[in-house]
Amino acid sequence: MAHRAILVDVTKCIGCGSCVEACQKANEQPAHEARGFDDQTYTFLMDRGNDTYVRRLCMHCENPSCASVCPVGALKKTAEGPVTYDADKCMGCRYCMMACPFGVPTYEWHSSTPRVRKCQMCAHRGAAGPACAAACPTGATSTGDRDALIAEAKKRVAGDPKTYHQRIYGLAEAGGTDVIFIGPKDSEALGLPRVKSETPLPELTWQALKHIPDVVLFGGVFLGGMFWLTKRKEEVARAEREGKGESHD
Amino acid sequence: MIKRALSSLRLGFWSVPSAVLVAMLAGIAYLRFTRGLGAVTHLSDSFPWGLWIGFDVLCGVGLAAGGFAVTATVHIFHLKDFKPIVRPTVLTAFLGYLLVVVGLIFDLGKPWNIWHPIIMWNPHSVMFEVGWCVMLYTTVLSLEFSPIVLERFKLNRLLKVVKSVTPVLVILGVILSTLHQSSLGSLFLILPEKVHPLWYSPLEPVFFFVSALAAGIAMTVVESWFSRRAFGKPIETHLLSRLSRVSVIVLALYLAIRVRDLLGRDALSTLFPFTPTSAMFLLEIGIGVVIPMVLLASERFRASARRLAVTQGMVVIGFILNRLNVSVTAVEAATGHSYLPSVPEFLVSMGLVAVGMWIFVLACRFLPVFPEGPVAELEKRRAAREAEAGHPIHVAAAPGFDLFGK
Repeated sequence: MAHRAILVDVTKCIGCGSCVEACQKANEQPAHEARGFDDQTYTFLMDRGNDTYVRRLCMHCENPSCASVCPVGALKKTAEGPVTYDADKCMGCRYCMMACPFGVPTYEWHSSTPRVRKCQMCAHRGAAGPACAAACPTGATSTGDRDALIAEAKKRVAGDPKTYHQRIYGLAEAGGTDVIFIGPKDSEALGLPRVKSETPLPELTWQALKHIPDVVLFGGVFLGGMFWLTKRKEEVARAEREGKGESHD
Repeated sequence: MIKRALSSLRLGFWSVPSAVLVAMLAGIAYLRFTRGLGAVTHLSDSFPWGLWIGFDVLCGVGLAAGGFAVTATVHIFHLKDFKPIVRPTVLTAFLGYLLVVVGLIFDLGKPWNIWHPIIMWNPHSVMFEVGWCVMLYTTVLSLEFSPIVLERFKLNRLLKVVKSVTPVLVILGVILSTLHQSSLGSLFLILPEKVHPLWYSPLEPVFFFVSALAAGIAMTVVESWFSRRAFGKPIETHLLSRLSRVSVIVLALYLAIRVRDLLGRDALSTLFPFTPTSAMFLLEIGIGVVIPMVLLASERFRASARRLAVTQGMVVIGFILNRLNVSVTAVEAATGHSYLPSVPEFLVSMGLVAVGMWIFVLACRFLPVFPEGPVAELEKRRAAREAEAGHPIHVAAAPGFDLFGK
């Protein structure tokens, strides 16, 4: 697998919930009804009416905000695609939750050793891939190499413009994601989060962070220089005072 | 004997409420560490940062900015007139940072991993940079503070070593402060759609730095005034007046770039329709920037130390409003999720401030924080008496602390 991605084709989803069930089992969570992201729920279905069901899960951004803001690298984008989480590294600052433009990560608020919770694309299952895609009976959720999946999505959308809204969700959002959606209506009608930024959000931070070496360098030179200059001035002033004092004696 | 020792710790009016607060702090800490953050806070998945980040961390660090501003004035720019206020300012900054660390221990989900950034690096994370700067600067501050302790215990050789590296420490301190004061603003850069346009700006790091400077100076003035009231130390009104003149410039600079930025992003129009969010913005700018700037610009107005303290108090309040607006009001307005801190969250924040004031008072009593103040005088007299009597004399004669007396 070069770079794994997930394609969600909303038009094929029948709302059976197999993906949700498989997800809970694969992640050793007690079986429960999933209504939204919480510390036990990595994926859930939204009923948008007219037999339209839309899945939500971590978008596994190409350039994820969560991994970029994590001070200890507990969250990271793997070369295989999934954005994974290492609870042993995490110190619990929850910056990832603030930073995620899709509102995905959740927290174990009622634990004394809390962890961030989110879909990790079943990275622990290795080559077997995400359990949700394996469980889907209709092919609404499928997985494979990102480029191949994008080609497939484009083919379906172009081949049946009556069924599909023409814009593919996930190609541009936040600079591109590894979970992409195609469906009968635009993403807003489907209830997917509106993310206006098409450049990866970590770049906004980098615009500030990149100046740090300059601040250290020029700041150091400037302050050192001022120290030297004003000290010299003070010494000269003192010497002058003393000099005058002597001449009076 | 014990009674005497206790009475020498007499803390005046504030001791009872402070003790109650500290007891509650312990109770809340117990709940928080056994049942999780959810048991004591109103934080949620849609509002993961609350009062402890917005007040304890953002304001704690900012209000300590007087530390680097005043040490730089004295030790780098050699404006020696300001020397008498260096020590109380450094002490405040040091306590401010210690309290930030304690605040973080409450707020972090797994505070025992707080040292992880030392070995687990992610230089792309603003939080990583903030963590490092706070660690390094707390070390620098403790070294800057150490002469006060070394002097008290007459460790002259060590004192000499520390004093000889002071300029290096101060330069390091200024650079570290510049970096992370601004970085606290950079924390919000990655949230363009989660922070209201009145507060989201690519210049956020600059705003945070300049406003911290204003708040740091303001704190120095307010605190000098309180110290005068508490310790009967003759206040140097002309120094505070000169500092306040600098405030005018800093506030004007802040206002100029803030307004320029709002105009440039066409964000001022978001003030309308007029909502509570707009009101918070105007309150912050009015109380914290415009009014104090105008008042402090008048030479006549600056003649009274009391007026200076009150006006600089407004700068401090405006600063706190700004940090809470960025971290709470602006996020509420942009995301539509609401958050009101829980009672325990308020108590912890207030409790930490109380503990800080307590330590400040104790330090002022037992250490030569005001080198020319009554404590130093007392020490000198005691030393003289000891020399006369030929044996040590008990210290219990230190003056009591009464914030609102005298």
